[in-house]
Amino acid sequence: MIPLSWYIIFAALLFCIGLYGALARRNALAILMAIEIMLNAVNITLVAFWRYITPEYVSGQAFALIVFAVAASEAAVGLALIISLYRKRKTVAVEEIDMLKW
Amino acid sequence: MTLYQIAFLVAAFLTLVAALMTVSSPSMVHSALWLILTLGGIAVLFLLLNAGFLAVVQVAVYIDAIAIMIIIVVMLTQGAVRRQLQQVSRAWWGAAVAAILLFVGLLMIFNQTPALATTAPPLLQSQEAMLKDLGQALVDVNHYILPFEVASVLLLAALIGSIIIAWPLRKPESEGGEG
Amino acid sequence: MTAFLQDPFTWIAELLRTWLTGLGLASDFVTFLLQLLGALVLATVMLLLTFLLILGPNRVGPFGVFQTVADLLKLVTKELITPTGADLIPYNLAPLLAVMSVVGLWAVIPLAPTLLGANINVGVLYIISIGAIGTLGIMLAGMSSNNKYALLGAFRTVALMVSYAVPMVLALLVPVLLAGSMDMQTIVDAQSPLPFLLLTPVAAFVFFISSLAEVGRAPFDLLEAESEIVAGFHIEYSGLKFGMFFVAEFLHAFTISAITATLFLGGWQGPWAEQYPFLGLIYFLIKTSIVYFVVIWIRGSFPRIRIDQMNAFNWKFITPVALLSLSMSAVAEKLAVELGWSRLLVHLAASGFIVLITLVALGIYARTTRRRSEQMPTASESLTSA
Repeated sequence: MIPLSWYIIFAALLFCIGLYGALARRNALAILMAIEIMLNAVNITLVAFWRYITPEYVSGQAFALIVFAVAASEAAVGLALIISLYRKRKTVAVEEIDMLKW
Repeated sequence: MTLYQIAFLVAAFLTLVAALMTVSSPSMVHSALWLILTLGGIAVLFLLLNAGFLAVVQVAVYIDAIAIMIIIVVMLTQGAVRRQLQQVSRAWWGAAVAAILLFVGLLMIFNQTPALATTAPPLLQSQEAMLKDLGQALVDVNHYILPFEVASVLLLAALIGSIIIAWPLRKPESEGGEG
Repeated sequence: MTAFLQDPFTWIAELLRTWLTGLGLASDFVTFLLQLLGALVLATVMLLLTFLLILGPNRVGPFGVFQTVADLLKLVTKELITPTGADLIPYNLAPLLAVMSVVGLWAVIPLAPTLLGANINVGVLYIISIGAIGTLGIMLAGMSSNNKYALLGAFRTVALMVSYAVPMVLALLVPVLLAGSMDMQTIVDAQSPLPFLLLTPVAAFVFFISSLAEVGRAPFDLLEAESEIVAGFHIEYSGLKFGMFFVAEFLHAFTISAITATLFLGGWQGPWAEQYPFLGLIYFLIKTSIVYFVVIWIRGSFPRIRIDQMNAFNWKFITPVALLSLSMSAVAEKLAVELGWSRLLVHLAASGFIVLITLVALGIYARTTRRRSEQMPTASESLTSA
């Protein structure tokens, strides 16, 4: 059937695509989207390891659920920060948000 | 080539293409749409991994909540008109090199781990029994009650925090916003 | 003959299966063909229901049925005008997403003991997740139309739908709690002695109201009322694309009636439904029609609600009631199981307690508002004093 290595290679590739997006984009929202891609890659890794190594324990799925909750909360706070920054500085390009206090 | 393998290859290819388009699309709205396709592809992969509950949770949390929030904020910060900013920074080649190096490094590590070539062991429990086990494990004192409660406190903190951060500016002349 | 009367669907399926395998086809292929045929039959039945119910309450006449066909023909033959500057991919994707989310809901609704599209064991969660894809479609429609009114309409719609999804999910958890499973067929089976409407009227009320708001129907149709914001998010859509939004809304109203009937009224339950599953389908349609009748009744009775009133109603009334209902149901279920009291009485006591608390809170709120408005000077007093 499908060996575990397929899933892990796929997840590694997805993580690297997300990493490229997080490092190379100027828009803060695009960076957030790339971070979500990275979190999804990690989730796939967790669930693939659960399914292939220890399908009788439920820990893998519980871990993945906690990752869902953490991803949702960091996306919410990140988006709130972006809205607040946009209100103040009228920009979401991360190069222009470079002063600690203005 | 069994049906599962074909399904996996199609879903994985679609997800990777969608992820590539997400990080390289010049329009933010299109980027968000490709992100939704990526998240949907990941949900299909969860289904292939016999984690049906997680697949539906993925759609409900990521697509129905996070993706909609992202689209709303894209609209709020760009208006109804697409503005074609230069979306990729000048150092994009550095990011590409870093990503490729990381991928090659991971591949080398995977090559040295023979345990990764295993195929799936059969599932001994039915889906309902797994779901029941998951639910009970999340509230069992010996298992995952602590991460469960901490995650709920984290969600509460994120809820309150994001409301406070995104509260509209009260006085225009003061420092404005508790950002 | 008795086998046919008992379960016509399975009898016909077995007949087709023996005929097709007798023709020499492989067994897996026969299964696939039968499932495809079943899906096509279901789709035809649903389309028929759509056509018969797209009528709405204001075109009832002796030949009302033909009015629907005329409507459909008009929509199909209209020109598809795309506004300039519209983002084409979200613009064309939005009606598809809206219809997809509604049609996808029908896969998990049990129409009869043996007639269920997909017997997944997380049916309720599937309803929540697929139902919210429609919100995505509406947001894309408003965003990509290059029109300020469409954008405003889309923002309001999404704010409303996302807000009312909170009490809807909380109220959906109560039947899950009472039945012990998220599987829709199990929830229907668990309602054999008593439908859940008798056990938790509060949760049924909350779910009904919040799903009416999700659909954008009844007193919550601010979003597309022509006197309010022109046509809301679908201003720039014409022809069949608008027709798809139209179909999606009416079918969504019927779908939430079906879901309410399944979760709270007992779905296909009724006398002799297990032995003759065809009767189960009849009972399901009757119960859904009753709920849809109430939807239309509400539409004709209440005035439209303003957006700030809608938000206040949601966050200050419905969501606390939903939270209270969920926690009270959990406590009542535990009491009924542990102490062995009668389940119906404990749950009714819990619901009565919630109604009591709500009425007391509303009374206190009304009294403080009245006192505050009495203390403030009225218009004539402020005119004479200033």
